[in-house]
Amino acid sequence: MAVSKKQKYAFIRSEDAPVLPPPASQAGITGWLWQNIFASMADYSSLGASIISLMVALLSVCILYFGGIQIYGLIDFAIFSAVWSDPQVIKREACWTVDQGGALPSGWHGACWPFVMAKHKFIMYGPYPSEELWRVNLTGLIGLLGLGWVLFERLPYRKQVGAALLTLYPLLAFILLTGGNSGASFGSVSLWLIIGLAIISVGRMGKRGFLGATFTEFSGLIGFAGWVFVIYNAIRGMAAVDFGLEPIDTRDWGGVLITLVVAITGIVASLPLGIILALGRRSEMPVARLLSTIFIEFWRGIPLITVLFMASVMLPLFMPEGVNFDNLLRALIGVMLFSAAYMAEVVRGGLQAIDKGQYEGAQAMGLSYWQTMRLVILPQALTHVIPGIVNTFIGLFKDTTLVSIVGIFDLLGAGQSAISDAAWSTPVQALTMYIYIAVLFFIFCFGMSRYSIYMENKLSKSRSH
Amino acid sequence: MASKAKTKSVISDEVMISMDNVNKWYGNFHVLRDINLTVHKGERIVICGPSGSGKSTLIRCLNRLEEHQAGTINVQGIEINNDLKNIDEIRRDVGMVFQHFNLFPHLTILENCTLAPIWVRKMPKADAEEIAMKYLTRVKIPEQAHKYPGQLSGGQQQRVAIARSLCMEPKLMLFDEPTSALDPEMIKEVLDTMVQLAEDGMSMICVTHEMGFARKVANRVIFMDEGQIVEQNEPEAFFNNPQSERTKLFLSQILDH
Amino acid sequence: MSRTSSFIYDRQIRGIIFQMFLVFGLLLGAWWLGNNTLINLAEQGKSLGFNFLEQTSGFQISSTLGTWAMEYNVGTSTYLDVYFIGIINTFLVAALGIIAATFLGFALGIMRLSQNMVVKGFATVYVEVLRNVPLLLQLFFWYFAVLRALPSRRGQVEIFEGAAGINITGLYLPAPIAQSGAGVLGLAFILFVGIAIWLKRWAKKRQYETGQIFPAFWVGLGLIVFGTSLVYLLMGQPIDWSFPVFKDTGPALRRGFQIGDGMVIVPEFIAVWLALSLYTAAFIAEIVRAGILAVSKGQTEASYSLGLRPGVTLRLVIIPQALRVIIPPLTSQYLNLTKNSSLAVAIAYPELVSIFAGTALNQVGKEIEMIAMMMSVYLTFSLLTSAFMNWFNARVKLVDR
Repeated sequence: MAVSKKQKYAFIRSEDAPVLPPPASQAGITGWLWQNIFASMADYSSLGASIISLMVALLSVCILYFGGIQIYGLIDFAIFSAVWSDPQVIKREACWTVDQGGALPSGWHGACWPFVMAKHKFIMYGPYPSEELWRVNLTGLIGLLGLGWVLFERLPYRKQVGAALLTLYPLLAFILLTGGNSGASFGSVSLWLIIGLAIISVGRMGKRGFLGATFTEFSGLIGFAGWVFVIYNAIRGMAAVDFGLEPIDTRDWGGVLITLVVAITGIVASLPLGIILALGRRSEMPVARLLSTIFIEFWRGIPLITVLFMASVMLPLFMPEGVNFDNLLRALIGVMLFSAAYMAEVVRGGLQAIDKGQYEGAQAMGLSYWQTMRLVILPQALTHVIPGIVNTFIGLFKDTTLVSIVGIFDLLGAGQSAISDAAWSTPVQALTMYIYIAVLFFIFCFGMSRYSIYMENKLSKSRSH
Repeated sequence: MASKAKTKSVISDEVMISMDNVNKWYGNFHVLRDINLTVHKGERIVICGPSGSGKSTLIRCLNRLEEHQAGTINVQGIEINNDLKNIDEIRRDVGMVFQHFNLFPHLTILENCTLAPIWVRKMPKADAEEIAMKYLTRVKIPEQAHKYPGQLSGGQQQRVAIARSLCMEPKLMLFDEPTSALDPEMIKEVLDTMVQLAEDGMSMICVTHEMGFARKVANRVIFMDEGQIVEQNEPEAFFNNPQSERTKLFLSQILDH
Repeated sequence: MSRTSSFIYDRQIRGIIFQMFLVFGLLLGAWWLGNNTLINLAEQGKSLGFNFLEQTSGFQISSTLGTWAMEYNVGTSTYLDVYFIGIINTFLVAALGIIAATFLGFALGIMRLSQNMVVKGFATVYVEVLRNVPLLLQLFFWYFAVLRALPSRRGQVEIFEGAAGINITGLYLPAPIAQSGAGVLGLAFILFVGIAIWLKRWAKKRQYETGQIFPAFWVGLGLIVFGTSLVYLLMGQPIDWSFPVFKDTGPALRRGFQIGDGMVIVPEFIAVWLALSLYTAAFIAEIVRAGILAVSKGQTEASYSLGLRPGVTLRLVIIPQALRVIIPPLTSQYLNLTKNSSLAVAIAYPELVSIFAGTALNQVGKEIEMIAMMMSVYLTFSLLTSAFMNWFNARVKLVDR
């Protein structure tokens, strides 16, 4: 029988319940300690939970103990016990213990920083002549300024600066670093320039209909070919001008200079090729799709070291007689092709993320395939994939260490060479240098990965309105 | 029309839930303040209130999805604390339906429903499937049994979620904003299922904004604000004659659109 | 519009013409490259051919699984043997690296999700440091800085007295020698594994029919371990161990571990295995973490509110969904690890690149053939992995409408 509970329920709160502070287990220092350390060790409600709690407790103790020892050892090695200066220029003897003939107490084990400081220029630039270092520094400065301009959001003309960075800057860097004066004859350069200009004019006229309907159709293609000739020869021309700079062979480059050159060139050069491959892989034309897929899967399936071997050993075989690539160029070509395959996959991911409606909207407006790509799709896709590109760059930056195996002096190679310098031979020589190089790599790669995460968060926020 | 008539309620004297001086904190934030609540078997309770008032937290404390730091909660005489056996027993008899359904996407509808009976009540597969089909028929989608959740509409998924909880034959059902994530045309089918459930005698506590449902089914409406129970009453008295200022403000905001 | 222009406008025709140009250009390029190659080869007096594979090799290879498996002998083994040794050693270090990296990576990934700050902090630091330092540098660190610090060949660091020790020439372990009866032991092991599998099936069927749960996993495991041990004892311990012998007395030049006793693992292998495992584990940890986080919290809550315990929830609800997200990038990392094993060339561990494309190439000089042979190994493995990933993705796809 239903009992009337009418009067029983009616309830109105007359005064608010007090807002109380939380019990100790929730807040304050005890609360923080409980939540972050002890809570995970306290669950003994079942067998599984007990085992986990005990393991967490054991792990914590081990980590604190051994981790503490290692970290203290590292800091002691690198800072407290380290030798910082070598005022009498006695080189390795500054880091010798009394047993070896030096001044430090027996059993000393610490970093030998004068060694690193003495080798610093070598690590940064390799055997680049010291009087010409201003050229490297200038190139680097311009590059950093340009990059900062593009990244900093409030500045104007970011796109133009970015475009210049991708096109003019490499030429500038090449001239500054190698000295230009490449020896191409001005006669031939001028001839090809004129031919290129002529082709462009033909294209222009075709576009305006002066040469019949067939030409109008292909005018775009003709104009493109003409521009290729013009730009290529303009570059050749510029590279051939004698600016009075001392020519420096790439064999004299080394250290961070090489690492940055290989990584940056690899990424920048692989981007256009990667875009084309990504478009090819998504194309409706079976031949293009097949060729792109084969290319991408081939380069992604083999290790970079085999690519470098291939490039240094087989590239001379493929070229006609007399064409001689220097060692660095061979490695650059190998790195560029390798990186293009990975870049293609990243760009493909970006293209796939674009809503089909964008393609349809552009088609409805009457844009051609290339116009759609250039004006609508790629700008959006490339913004999506910036985190992916940065990640690929970080990977490439780490992979540049492999060029030391094919005889190119990158940062790691320079470090190895420094370690083998007998004038600084001490028991701590290798460890000091490895720590230094590891820290350099870590700062750079970690910084870039933080930036990539920052960009990812920013982009996903702006995308999800 | 029959839908306007209030459902009959048979409320016994047996106490299902008693909460005494329950307090809960998230870090420094006092999220549940001095909650005192008694629920009898057969009651249907609707809890409403502005977002952040602690309504979901309150019902989640009832099956230990959230822990309370002060006060006692007893469900069917069993106290909710860190004792795992108590928690297991309570969860077997209390079912919960979530705002976002939380169906297991890698299992079929039938497997979703038979998972708990097989692994908790240790039933043979055939018996579990029989019970599952019985409840799937009750929520009116037996033909979807071999499909996957991704193939169903939102309303269908929520009905499956209700059937899944019912397969454990709970004594009490908790609903945490069951229709808030549904498209308008699907809300009715889920509410009808819940009304049918109430008419069949299930005790339930429902956090919802659907005041029509409250009027029809609830025998008690509770208004919460800032972590405390501000007002509770029978539906007519609650909607027609709210006493507290805060209740009046809230009702004016949700009823006038 | 004239006939010609409508011809050109037609998208299909344009597509075909474009593709024809593409193929033509490609063939032209290939012909040009090939022609140059043949000319250059002729200049150097070389020719193409695989006959060199039958020549005997002229260099020593450190003792590894490959040399043992192919019974390598300078002077009698051919370059083809060298090729196979390289493949075996590559896959040995890759397989062991994959196993170690998986265990460590999963452990670290779970540690990163812990509430405990110490455990979480350690895992985070590990992952960030190891991911941002190049693998080659890590390899050099292990090989030059750590393993070189071990005692010279006349000394040792004892791990187990008389049974295992390590010095700069390698890790010395007891070598198992199968006696008669070992075959029976092997059969018994396989039999017990079979019984355990059958047990699991039987238990599942029983659960379907009666609802009762039988702990088939633990019973099966116990059966395998204890059963095999029992058979081992009953057969009179049919595995003999050859312990490494360390002499620390006598003439100075004869001190140290004696050749022929026990088994040696060369420091190059240890360094490569350590570097690969620790490096890849950092990446696997991130993949595992992302996979577990991808399963929404509501799944756990729904499962708990149905009364399912944490262990069962993990096994039936969380892990199946997490694995779907984890396995594709995980197989990518396995592929990366295998490719990264090629870095061993920097410290002369005799894997494929180092002995075939390194030393052997220097001796034989047939660049194109040898590099092609080497690349085909990696490509095969890469294609197999891709195929597996596609098959897996298709199979476990969550059904959508």
